[in-house]
Amino acid sequence: MLLKTGPLLLIAQGPAIGYRAKVFNIGAEGQFVLGAIFASSIPVWFPIAQGPWIWPALLLLGALGGALWAAITAFWRVRFNASEILVSLMLSFVAIQILNYLLLGLWKDPYGFNFPQSVMFQTDAILPILIPGTRVNVSLLVALALSGAAFLFMQRSFLGYKLQVGGLAPRAASYAGFSEGRAIWLSLLIGGLAAGLAGAAEVAGPVGQLQRSISTGYGYTAIIVAYLGGLHPLGILAASFVMAAISIGGDNAMVSANLPLAIVRVFQGSFLLFYLCAVTFARYRFEWPRPAPGARA
Amino acid sequence: MNALAFILAATLAAATPFLLASLGELVAERSGVLNLGVEGMMVLGAVLAFVTVYHGGGHLLAFAAAGLGAGLLALVFALAVLGFQANQVTCGLAIGILGQGLSALFGKSYESLTVTGLPKLAVPRLSELPVVGGLFNQDAVVWLSLAATLAIGLTLSRSKLGLVLRATGENPKAAHVIGIPVVAVRLCAVGFGGVMAGFAGAYAAVVYTPLSADGMIAGRGWIAVALVVCGTWPTGRILLGACLFGALSLAGLAAQAEGVGLPSQLLASLPYLVTILVLGLISADRRRMKLKGVASLGEPLER
Repeated sequence: MLLKTGPLLLIAQGPAIGYRAKVFNIGAEGQFVLGAIFASSIPVWFPIAQGPWIWPALLLLGALGGALWAAITAFWRVRFNASEILVSLMLSFVAIQILNYLLLGLWKDPYGFNFPQSVMFQTDAILPILIPGTRVNVSLLVALALSGAAFLFMQRSFLGYKLQVGGLAPRAASYAGFSEGRAIWLSLLIGGLAAGLAGAAEVAGPVGQLQRSISTGYGYTAIIVAYLGGLHPLGILAASFVMAAISIGGDNAMVSANLPLAIVRVFQGSFLLFYLCAVTFARYRFEWPRPAPGARA
Repeated sequence: MNALAFILAATLAAATPFLLASLGELVAERSGVLNLGVEGMMVLGAVLAFVTVYHGGGHLLAFAAAGLGAGLLALVFALAVLGFQANQVTCGLAIGILGQGLSALFGKSYESLTVTGLPKLAVPRLSELPVVGGLFNQDAVVWLSLAATLAIGLTLSRSKLGLVLRATGENPKAAHVIGIPVVAVRLCAVGFGGVMAGFAGAYAAVVYTPLSADGMIAGRGWIAVALVVCGTWPTGRILLGACLFGALSLAGLAAQAEGVGLPSQLLASLPYLVTILVLGLISADRRRMKLKGVASLGEPLER
């Protein structure tokens, strides 16, 4: 379960910061894939390289890849005013095509019996195992560290505060001189960075090679995790545990009760919907006595 | 048949899923509700239609089932965003995920099966013209969609119903004050959007490519949402945009048939890349976006 929690935690913390600033980056899936591709470039191009620097470099490259992919969306939003929702999602579809292109051509393992997958990574490229006997690796630590950083950033720093004001009251933010463009760039870059990191951790972790099935919808589950966690870094920590449990429960249900995996998606979708409806009750209880115009976020 | 004639003949059919879904979304957005669950509703419609046809229900029943299923999903969405006033963006995403899950659930055992499409109805004489003749040889749904485009365009711009709908979208408070049942209007608009998305999915699944496959909608619902923005909301431009994307998805096929040395993945991502490009081009004109856009889009009615 910790194995599943790691990537979910990583990939949900980033976009959640954006959602708080009302920057709807829903392309975490694409940023995850690009992170995986960037990270794989080391083992694919330098398959015999050795040394303890390789797996950290892999993670860094992954973060870079995700951030670059998100930067396209940010540029398009800031420069051309295009909806970041649509652009980031479209880029996810493109990312998957890039992945297919690489795996069917340039990056295909020459000894892989023609399967669309890359070479297996060398030992130094694989993330060190954290708990002996399991497959839990250092990416969980990275995810926890990132959650801590997200907490400090959003709850304690001025920059994080600016982002939140931009999300809650865009006009107030612009009167206060907080740049909207900068908030968009920052939100998307952080989101891309985290998603790319998760992608890198996935290829260099339990999978150990770049495959077509590298993205199992983490990017979309991340949206759910982010909201279930109330967009709060600590809430997301709890939510990613819950969601990891659900997807593992789904795997087990599939095996033991012969239920299709799709039931997990149905469950996740309804979960989010119910949560969003429930939020209304919470909000109304607070706002009922003083219905000031424009008080709602 | 040469490439040009092929593209001319098939563009309208390829455009129809985009067109139907966009028209539905247009009506919903005009009433002030941003429905991002179109993709999920389309996928659900596609699967329901396929299952119906596969079990011998016929195409009419298939479209009815798709419209009903997707319409019900739209009502769930409406309950959340209108009843509970939940955030429209996130609810749309949730509905999208839910729709994908439901359809995967129903469609799992029908993977890779095929059914027969619909016969083409030709316009006499016109369809016998060289090169452009194929344009006038389309199936019934294409003709109906074109009629629907005209009808929706006229309704929005010329009728009282259209005025009520637009007033609801532009200024829900004012509309409420003069006695328009805002929530009911929005409910109908969202329901209509859902039914249309279901039809769009049904068309893609049982007429255009009568084959059941995971990912048979492949982002078309999202492109439809983008089309509404790209068209900056009038109907004629949506038709134009839908045709552009129809032609684009065909250009990939044509290029492959002609043996153009481009990777198929590049051609497959062409519609998405063009969407991004067009979104950038259109949205860059901020003033126009504000003028033509729907003022209260995404905001609930506060009483």
